[in-house]
Parts: sequence; structure tokens; C-alpha cells
Amino acid sequence: MSSQALFRRSSAARAATGRAGTSPPHARPRGAWSRRAPLLPALVFMIVVTQLPFVGTLVISFMRWNALDPGDRGFAGLSNYSTEFTDPQLRSSLTTTVVLTVAVVLVSLVLGLGLALLLDRRFPGRGIVRTLLITPFLVVPVASALLWKHALYNASYGLINGTLSWVWRLFGSHDAPQPDWLSQSPKLAVEASLIWQWTPFMMLILLAGLQSRPTDVVEAARVDGAGAWQVFRYLTFPHLRRYLELAALLGTVYVVQNFDAVFTLTSGGLGTANLPYAVYTTFYQAHDYGQASAEGVIVVALSIIVATFALRTVSSLFREEIR
Amino acid sequence: MATTLATAGVRPLSGASGRARARERRHRGLLGLLAWACGIVFFLPFAWMVLTSLHSEQDAAANPPHVGASLTLHGYREFFGSGTGVSPWPPLVNSLTASLASTALVLLLAIPAAYALSIRPVRKWTDVMFFFLSTKMLPAVAGLLPVYLIAKNAGLLDDIWLLVVLYTSMNLPIAVWMMRSFLADVPVAIMEAAQIDGAGLPTVLTRIVTPVVLPGIAATALISFIFSWNELLFARVLTGVVAGTAPVFLTGFVTSQGLFLAKVCAAAVCISLPVLAAGFAAQDKLVQGLSLGAVK
Repeated sequence: MSSQALFRRSSAARAATGRAGTSPPHARPRGAWSRRAPLLPALVFMIVVTQLPFVGTLVISFMRWNALDPGDRGFAGLSNYSTEFTDPQLRSSLTTTVVLTVAVVLVSLVLGLGLALLLDRRFPGRGIVRTLLITPFLVVPVASALLWKHALYNASYGLINGTLSWVWRLFGSHDAPQPDWLSQSPKLAVEASLIWQWTPFMMLILLAGLQSRPTDVVEAARVDGAGAWQVFRYLTFPHLRRYLELAALLGTVYVVQNFDAVFTLTSGGLGTANLPYAVYTTFYQAHDYGQASAEGVIVVALSIIVATFALRTVSSLFREEIR
Repeated sequence: MATTLATAGVRPLSGASGRARARERRHRGLLGLLAWACGIVFFLPFAWMVLTSLHSEQDAAANPPHVGASLTLHGYREFFGSGTGVSPWPPLVNSLTASLASTALVLLLAIPAAYALSIRPVRKWTDVMFFFLSTKMLPAVAGLLPVYLIAKNAGLLDDIWLLVVLYTSMNLPIAVWMMRSFLADVPVAIMEAAQIDGAGLPTVLTRIVTPVVLPGIAATALISFIFSWNELLFARVLTGVVAGTAPVFLTGFVTSQGLFLAKVCAAAVCISLPVLAAGFAAQDKLVQGLSLGAVK
């Protein structure tokens, strides 16, 4: 039994060295295709389903095409793009996208870092606290948006205003402020609900980063008399930097695409319409296919800027792993 | 010898640093309390949703909140259509079909692909990896219109199988990245030995690779299931009465209508339940999936 296993291993090793070292060059193409075969279905599927539609979008973005006026279809040059940048409403969706994304990513990154640092140390019930913190990320996004809209923000029966009346009543007053959160600060309301959902994501990635940190170096520094702040500033933070970048960039890629929260909480009203929502309304309600495509191309252009950095960060972590 | 020396050297210090250690312990206790407080704050909206779903509509809409009100399943009965006769089952079944079928398709495509990217890698396999990843970085909304036009011409609008294909493309890059990192742990020597003994690729995949990476397959499946279940934009645009999914059903609650808070919360809880179950089950693997396998 063991000798058989030994024989197998050595023959495998021989075969491996034989293939790597002395295989004749003309045998290679067949080997290469048998290697590629398992990959091809997935690759072809991805190209057909994700790349070709985008080519379609690119072509339509240069066309004059409104489904409500099917007779007037033709080449429009850059006019869809110039409309995009001159129409105040569409331009506002561009800035809303940037503001919304930056605010949500930055705040949830900072909160996520704090929570990850808290969870990195041992304390009773750490597993339970981690589970509690992950929960917001596991609520279906539409359900989460409905929860914020109706159960928390609602002016007459939401939990926030309910808590305000309760606190005021404690002090014997019956006229607690009851603001209508969604109409008074719509952007902040959308951002808060998204921060609630995305902080756990940031925390999970940063916690994984913290736990991959070499402990012996930290211990050596502690023995040498480094304080908690010094350990964080000179050891933890440099190690964590790439994880912070990764969390921020992946978070950006996901939040830029957000549709559910804007659609559910405000239906894009009150200046909260971001680009994905604008694409949705231009296409689904206004039926302006050319304009919607131009918006789609702009979202892609924005994403490519972020994605270039994201891909670079992922690849630096990745090359370290496969080394 | 060395250890006795070390402990002897430490001992005189321990008395002097006893007070510092006590302070450190108290400090640590406070940070533990802070972590608990944060956990509860983040959990609170979810807990409120569950509690509200179990209240009567009158108690749910009370202001100030009626926390200790008696519990009832009225909201859940309403959600399942006792009052309106609108059953949530068709959308739930649609969601289940789309999520399960696309997850199966994802695994069917991703496992062989990951094999060709790790165990017997093709040339320039890292470039292929980054091609997959870059498709994930493109916002899905950019391809929405051509997909809609093609589906309309092919008569596939309001067809759950269209969503299956789209959700597969949405999750395939994540699955390829995850599966590659799991397959990288497969003992290659055993596989090559089997191949020398005459085993073909299908046998190697099913008999040797799959058992070793089964936990990885489970985690990939759960992540793919969660993302498919959550998707709204494509489902909203491409389906209607027949193939509408659970998130589309939930959008029916966007505008408020009288006393319906308990019902909304019951709906949100029920529709989130599969994701919560999958997410808690895959807690440890969640981060790996979300970071596309970049973080282990």
C-alpha cells in the first residue's frame, strides 16, 4: 500500500519533470488546447453576456433613438453626450453619484476601521458581536431601504421621531420636534441607510487584514516598549493600508452602482437621483434609448477610473498570495 | 535551562507591573463593552424590524413607540395574503428558481475554469483572471438597454430564465476568483498520479478535486445565491407579472398605504430570511467572496 503510493508519487514527479523539461515543442499546441478547454465555456459566456451588450450601448449612445418616436431614428453624433453635460437635471445626477459614493465609502470605511480594531482584541462574546455587526449587510437591500423609509424615517410613526417624542415626554413635554427626515435631508437619509449596510463590509475586509498581520513583530515592538498608538501608527496602519485601499475601492465599485436605496427611499426625488437611477428613468420612463446609453457609457467611464486603481490593489495582494 | 533563566528574569518585574496590568485589564474591559455597544447599535434597526413585524398595526404605528406591546402574527398573515389575497409565493418561487439555477450554472462554469487557472494553468492565466475581475467592475446598468432590446426581440421579457443567464454573468467572476483560491490548495501530486493511472479529466474533477474543495464550493454557492436573491434593477426592468422576483414584490411597498407597517416589516423579514441564513452559515467565507478572493 505505502510502496504503491510511493511509486505513484515518484512516477508523478518523473512525469512532471519530463513534461516541463524535455517535451518536444510540436506536442505543445494540443496540450495547450486541452488546458484551455475547461476555461472556454466560462470565458465565452462572459464575453457574450457582458461585453457584447456594452458594445451595443456604445453604438446606441451615438444615436437619436426614442422608443416613443420610432420613425426618427438615426445618427446623432455627440449630441446625447452634450445634452448630458448641459441638462442641469442630468448634470446633478452626475454630482449626486460622486457625492453619494464618496460620503458613503468614507464614513463606512472609518466606522468599519474602528469596529475592526475593536473586534481584533479578545473579549467575552466577540463572536456574537461580530454576528450582530454583520446582520445589516445580510438584509436584502430593498428590504433594508423599506425598513429605513417606513419604520425609521417616517415622520408620524418612525422610530427616530418616536424616540424623540419618548425622550421629550420623559421631561414632561408633548411637543417634541417631528421632522420629516426624507424630505428635509433626503441625501443624508439615503447616505445613512447605505452606511448602515456597507460598514459591515468594510469591517469584514479590515478585520481580515488585521488578523493577517504578523503577530511576532507586534509583540517584539511591545517588548521594546512601543505604546498602543505607536504600534498602530508604525506597524498596524502600514500593514492595513492596502486593505483600506481594497475595501474603499471595492466599496466604491459597488456603491457607484447603487440603485435599490435611491429607488426605494426617495424614488430619485429631491436631488438624490444618481446615474444608475437616471439611466433607469431615461430608459424605462422616458424611453430615450440614445440618452440612456450615453449615461450608461458615462457610468462606465467613471467606474473604469476607479476600477483601474482597484485592479492594481487587488493584483498586488494577489501576486503576494501566489508567490 | 533557557526557560528557567527567562522566567527568573521576568519574576522581579511582575510585582512592579501588577498595577499597570490591572489598569490594562480594566481598559480592555471597557473596550469590550464599547464593542458590545456598537454591535447593539448596528443591530438595533434590524431588531426593530423584527419586533415591529410581530406587533399589531395599531401598536406598530404608535408614537412614542410601544415596545412592550403584545405580539401577534397578524403582519405575517397579511404578508401571506390573508387580507388582500395577493400571495407572495409566486415571486418567492421565482427568486428561488433564479437564484438556485444561476448558482448551479455558475458552479458548472466556474469550477472547470478555475481548474484551468490554478491546477493546470493556461498561459497568461493571471491576465484571464483580471479579465474576469474587470467585467465585475463594469456597472451592470451599462448593458441594461441592449439586453432589454435583445430580450424583447427574442420574446424573453418576463421570463425567469433570462434572469438566470444575467445573474450567472453577474456572479461568475466572483466564483472564478473564489474557486481559484480554493483549488490552489488541492494537492497536485495526487491528481497527477491519478492521471498517470489513466483517469480522465472528468474523473479527476469528480473524484479528487471536488471532495477537497467541497467547503469552497459551498461558500461560493452561498455568495452567488445571496447576490442573485438581492438583485433588483434587472428584475425590475426585465420581468413583469409572471417572472417578478421577491425584491420586485417588495417594491410594491415603496409608497405607504394606511396602516401597513407591521406587514412591510413582516415582508422584509421573510424575504431577507434566506439571505440571513446563507450569510450566517458562510460567515467565515463571506469576506473572501466579497473581496473576490483577494483576502483570505
